[in-house]
Amino acid sequence: MQSSSTTQTNSKSAAPLEVHDLTVAYTKRPVLYGIDLKVPKGSIVGVVGPNGAGKSTLIKAIMGLLPVSSGWIKVFGKPFKKAVTRIGYVPQRESVDWDFPVNALDVVLMGRYGRLGPFKRPSKADKEIAMSCLEKVKMTSYATRQISNLSGGQQQRVFLARALAQESDLYLMDEPFVGVDATTEAAIIEILRELQAQGKTLIVVHHDLTTAPEYFDRILLLNMRVVAYGKTADVFTFENLQNAYGGRLSILSEVALSRARKKFDGDTRDNVG
Amino acid sequence: MNRAGKQILFTLALLALPILAHAAKIGDISETSWTEQAIDFFSFQQPIIRTALIGTLLIGFCCGILGSFLVVRKLSLLGDTLSHAVLPGVAMGFLWNASKDPWAIFVGATAAGILGVALVGWIKQTTHLKEDSAMGMVLAGFYGVGICMTTVIQNLAMGNKSGLDKFFFGQAAALSSGDIRLLGIISLITVVVILLFYKEFLVISFDIGFAQALGMPVKILHYALMALLTFAVVVSLQAVGVVLVSALLITPAAAAFLLTDRMHWMLVLAAVFGMLSGAIGAFVSYLSNNLPTGPFIVLGATSIFLLALLFGPRHGLLPKILRRRKQRKRIALENTLKAVFHLNENSQFTKRAFEAGKLATERNASLHETEAEIRNLVKAGMALRLDTANGTKMSGKAQFELTKPGWYRACEIVRNHRLWELYLTNAAQYQTDHVHDDAEDTEHHLGEDIVLRIEARLKNPIHDPHGKLIPNRDAIKP
Repeated sequence: MQSSSTTQTNSKSAAPLEVHDLTVAYTKRPVLYGIDLKVPKGSIVGVVGPNGAGKSTLIKAIMGLLPVSSGWIKVFGKPFKKAVTRIGYVPQRESVDWDFPVNALDVVLMGRYGRLGPFKRPSKADKEIAMSCLEKVKMTSYATRQISNLSGGQQQRVFLARALAQESDLYLMDEPFVGVDATTEAAIIEILRELQAQGKTLIVVHHDLTTAPEYFDRILLLNMRVVAYGKTADVFTFENLQNAYGGRLSILSEVALSRARKKFDGDTRDNVG
Repeated sequence: MNRAGKQILFTLALLALPILAHAAKIGDISETSWTEQAIDFFSFQQPIIRTALIGTLLIGFCCGILGSFLVVRKLSLLGDTLSHAVLPGVAMGFLWNASKDPWAIFVGATAAGILGVALVGWIKQTTHLKEDSAMGMVLAGFYGVGICMTTVIQNLAMGNKSGLDKFFFGQAAALSSGDIRLLGIISLITVVVILLFYKEFLVISFDIGFAQALGMPVKILHYALMALLTFAVVVSLQAVGVVLVSALLITPAAAAFLLTDRMHWMLVLAAVFGMLSGAIGAFVSYLSNNLPTGPFIVLGATSIFLLALLFGPRHGLLPKILRRRKQRKRIALENTLKAVFHLNENSQFTKRAFEAGKLATERNASLHETEAEIRNLVKAGMALRLDTANGTKMSGKAQFELTKPGWYRACEIVRNHRLWELYLTNAAQYQTDHVHDDAEDTEHHLGEDIVLRIEARLKNPIHDPHGKLIPNRDAIKP
């Protein structure tokens, strides 16, 4: 509803996302405590933490999908409702019924609906944008396929294309790499980098510690509270991970750490951009 | 009730055996015969027929469209809950001025329906009972109260109470012009709202979280849909009845779901199926006195569903069976070709023509079966019979040979089989004695691109894991 020109004035200075003392509770049991977070423009933030750490809850709270017990969230300096068109969202793949009678293009077109506003139908231009988004995720030839006939990775790419069609400035992605094949994972990460290069900001919930330092330039280690947040090299330390994962830090995460160390000790410039 | 049941059975028999039924019917129930009634119906002369038909068409239309949203949102039981929950409201509306005033009943039933749905939500939120239990309880509870109330009303010495029993199984002929007006208004509202907010309803049905993220007022949209649904159920009660209105919501939409993969086509098809069911119900119930409309509408809808289930081009059972049969035939053909290849291989590729009896031994089949297989090969242009007596029965000595296309296809199948065996042992670390059965199946389903990829992965191998040559299309030629 908000056109981009009116938001430009204060968006130049305001951070894409600012969270202050956020507490979220499900039926009075707090899931997130006193979260503080400020995400600078053009960064890819990985939200990492053990199961039940509240990673998805944080994303949902930012989207206004959950009631907030205390604290506030600002998107480009405004409450979520006033910045709706500047946020793109990739929900978890399992959150929908893939037998639903729509094809891939229909789903991607839904990304345009936020800009259309009520009563309006998607125009030819909207369809062209949707098709080009499908092309970006290499799914053009599947446009007219019913979505249950797509593989898990292809479904995830359709979701990503839908978010691209939103043409937003801040993207929130909930576990986009879960259950996808290696090709899809590579394709997704390539698109994320591209978005970053365009100055977009991305917040990605991620469960795989081994790839986290490679994919994100900032990491939010979460376990009901902010365990650590900042540049990946600063956050991805043994103590922080131990703190976030408690006693559950496994061999896997140690391997991840050693890989991360190798990366940061070497030439970091290689991996950025 | 019993009488009505007998009449339903009777009419079913009547549909199946028109002549017999015609004879049995004289002087039994009605003065006129069913043929006369049918002609009467299709002449559309009587206002009562027109009213009933318009009513059932509108009902089928509304229920088909709104029911589609229930089906895709997995809320089918909600339709059932709603339709049963309205009964106390119907009774209250009836009590209001002791008559069948459509508006009083509409208001009462809508209130009861909304109360029922709200109660489901409340139970779900305040207890840790799940939605289906909440719906089950509300459905039965409200229905029980409703039955008590209607029984009491019918036992009261009141003036015009004859209409009340129609609410259980429905009677299209009982629709008044006031009912039709109400139905028309509700249908119009439904069409306008769905057309205006189609994309919103599509998103909230598919992905409510995303709809919320787009800034859509999902709660309002949800309640709007529920309100439309309640209206549709309430106005349908007269003609379809409390017990069966949920079937009219679900069945046409379910049939449409089987036939299309696009939501808008599902809405159109469901509306058409709903209207068709309505017309069928109105027609059949007119054939004889006192036949309820609801059961026949539902029978119509169920028949449409069965047709969709059996003959639907993509998900239908019959096309599926046909596709499977075609595939089985292809596999049988390819297995025959493979056997011929083996005969060829056993002769060190020196012979081209073979006896039918030899193939039978190789296939482990009777001569009769093998004869049919060879005939199929000949029909597919993959083999030639070398004996002249083409049409007659083959003897075991009858000779045949593969044509060029037949030979290529045979090589292809054997190549697929052996490549796959090699892939399983080398790339997937299978034991060599585990791979044959899997390859027997997979050989028929490997596409050309996969074969090329396997070849590249295995660096264009020559021998399979058992040491046999993998046929190379260029090297081995007949």
